[in-house]
Amino acid sequence: MKTKEQIALQEVESLSKKISGAEAVIRCLLAEGVDLIYGYPGGAIMPVYDELYKFQDELNHVLTRHEQGATHAAQGYARTSGKVGVAIATSGPGATNLVTGIADAQIDSTPMVCITGQVGSHLLGSDAFQETDIIGISTPVTKWNYQITNASEIPEIFAKAFYIARSGRPGPVLIDITKNAQFETLDFKYQKCIGVRSYKPFSAMDTHAVSKAAELINKAKKPFIIWGQGVILGSAEEEFKAFVEKSGIPAAWTILGLSALPTAHPLNVGMVGMHGNYGPNLLTNECDLLIALGMRFDDRVTGNLDTYAKQAKIIHFEIDPAEINKNVIVDVPVLGDCKKSLEALIPLIQKKSHNKWKGRFDELMKVEVKEVIDKDLRPEKDGLTMGEVIVSINKHTQGDAVLVTDVGQHQMVACRYTDFVRSRSNVTSGGLGTMGFALPAALGAKMGAPEREVVAVIGDGGYQMTIQELGTIFQTQAAVKIVVLNNEFLGMVRQWQQLFFDKRYASTEMVNPDFVAIAKGYYLDAKKVDKRENLDAAVAEMIASDKPYFLEVCVEKEDNVFPMIPTGASVSDIRLK
Amino acid sequence: MDKTFTISIYSENNVGLLNRISAIFLKRHINIESLTTSQSEIKDVFRFIIIVKVPEDNVKKLIKQIEKQVDVIRAFYHTDEETIFQESALYKVKSSALFEERHIQNIIKESHANIVTVSPEYFVIEKTGFRKETDRLYQDLAPFGLLQFVRSGRISITKSKMGISEIIKKFKSDN
Repeated sequence: MKTKEQIALQEVESLSKKISGAEAVIRCLLAEGVDLIYGYPGGAIMPVYDELYKFQDELNHVLTRHEQGATHAAQGYARTSGKVGVAIATSGPGATNLVTGIADAQIDSTPMVCITGQVGSHLLGSDAFQETDIIGISTPVTKWNYQITNASEIPEIFAKAFYIARSGRPGPVLIDITKNAQFETLDFKYQKCIGVRSYKPFSAMDTHAVSKAAELINKAKKPFIIWGQGVILGSAEEEFKAFVEKSGIPAAWTILGLSALPTAHPLNVGMVGMHGNYGPNLLTNECDLLIALGMRFDDRVTGNLDTYAKQAKIIHFEIDPAEINKNVIVDVPVLGDCKKSLEALIPLIQKKSHNKWKGRFDELMKVEVKEVIDKDLRPEKDGLTMGEVIVSINKHTQGDAVLVTDVGQHQMVACRYTDFVRSRSNVTSGGLGTMGFALPAALGAKMGAPEREVVAVIGDGGYQMTIQELGTIFQTQAAVKIVVLNNEFLGMVRQWQQLFFDKRYASTEMVNPDFVAIAKGYYLDAKKVDKRENLDAAVAEMIASDKPYFLEVCVEKEDNVFPMIPTGASVSDIRLK
Repeated sequence: MDKTFTISIYSENNVGLLNRISAIFLKRHINIESLTTSQSEIKDVFRFIIIVKVPEDNVKKLIKQIEKQVDVIRAFYHTDEETIFQESALYKVKSSALFEERHIQNIIKESHANIVTVSPEYFVIEKTGFRKETDRLYQDLAPFGLLQFVRSGRISITKSKMGISEIIKKFKSDN
């Protein structure tokens, strides 16, 4: 049977007449297997929208309520589906509104192609209506970008754009198309891109490095794995699990690596980093071998670099040569695709268990349970905690939902406590920390994995940054479950103000609207919970619904997220209170 | 410790690449001492020569970030000892100085500078060489009144082989 992509390519090949640049854009998208794009129309992109109208049976366009929403939706779609997300906008403000999402996709390595309209090429540089230099603006936050001023360039540039976005370390690509190029005609011939001479997506596997890594792993007494999103982006979950199980090495995740290994796996010891678990952070400075896999030693993971894992030998499995020795100097860099490197590594390592060493993680987990986790998940006070909401969600989804989070306290709590049974289940803005990410990303996540339950957990601050996307959710009827954890504060900033700025709560208190009324205004089922006894039933009702559903949970106003490594402190200085 | 490094970049000749490369320096708050771009020894391949004064650790990271750009074929860094390099300078002086001040003729002769053009009002001298040579000529001519002075960025060729043709050939055979 032929795939939709092959049919589209074949159809394209049989075209004998000239077509417009705008039609060529649509045919390129179809040839790349795109069946869904997010966007917002406007003057300079209207010819493409006119073609979208004609091709609506083959290519679904979702009208978001703001271009930023289109990028985050495309990101959510890419993260759950593994395909390239596509966002489209007009010139000027349409294009600049994409920038936050593009920067987010760049730092979190999300494959995305953004298409922007541009004023006619005869007007370039004349400060024409809605002209903006989006190529200049997007350059530092794109993997690649290109301005098409001539229709004949369209097929080659689109093929290249998709190839670059999805290959190697994925990332966002922007194509700016002048209006004349959309109107002009061309002889359309599409050829998929298979290589760019100046671009090497990844290095060939370094067998010497792999055997050196195996040697260190076999010798280590207290080895420790930290894995990141590279495992997911490289579709290496199976190999990774086999590696962990054969080596018997305790493994911790960065926030973007979350869900690559099930939460309940006995060797999954939790999260590293600023609000990560106690054991993995402390023992980073006790292990004798640190195996970093598809992660990039972000400052939120390492804390103070001068005191980070100095006692350990370090192996770094990484696809991007620029990440090697960028923040942490490593002993054995293993460049290349981690799926292939792991495949080669597994036969070289001895089957082991590190029970005594793993026991250290368990002991420290007991301390964390007593000091932090019990209070979060089984509170004795009256007010609801964010943690117990997550517990209830776990119960009703059996850990098999896609969790989409925004940025702040709720994000840390949700990532710490949500159960995961399969990969590609955690969608969050990790690197850029973009408030407003979750609501549109949840829409995209649901459309990228329609068979899955998608639960967005969002703070009351971030929710109001892209709240208008409720309109898109209503219009598409994407069955996203939206949980707003309302503490009437910008909680994470308030926590820092409490701890480091003598409780001077500068502009962090929020006077909020009636969120349920707003959701109902968009004709969504909506409920509010402020008492413990009503929480579980409300979550059950939300999960049972097959429609979009909004649930507001009023939580304790001034709870803090712990453990915590203060900025600039060492991982050893992690605080439990 | 800061040291002078020559960064050589072989790239595609695409609009916007200069912006992409300079953004790498901007993001890290690194000042570019000089920058020149030209065609390279290979048809359709462009070459950038960028001079920076940074610690070696930084230049290593810069090279990786530059090579990461899709349109960059390869990037290298070298010390002064590893390269043959030159700068070019132009000096515009009023013609009367040439006739009234005999001394100026000796300066031109001794510095091995060339007179590029002479008109009734002014003449233009060109000097190619190391920075200290163009600087010395500047010092020598300054008392006579420089109407204009301009110096190019460094151009540089490495003593070692670059191997760009091999990379391009390999790409062609692989694809």
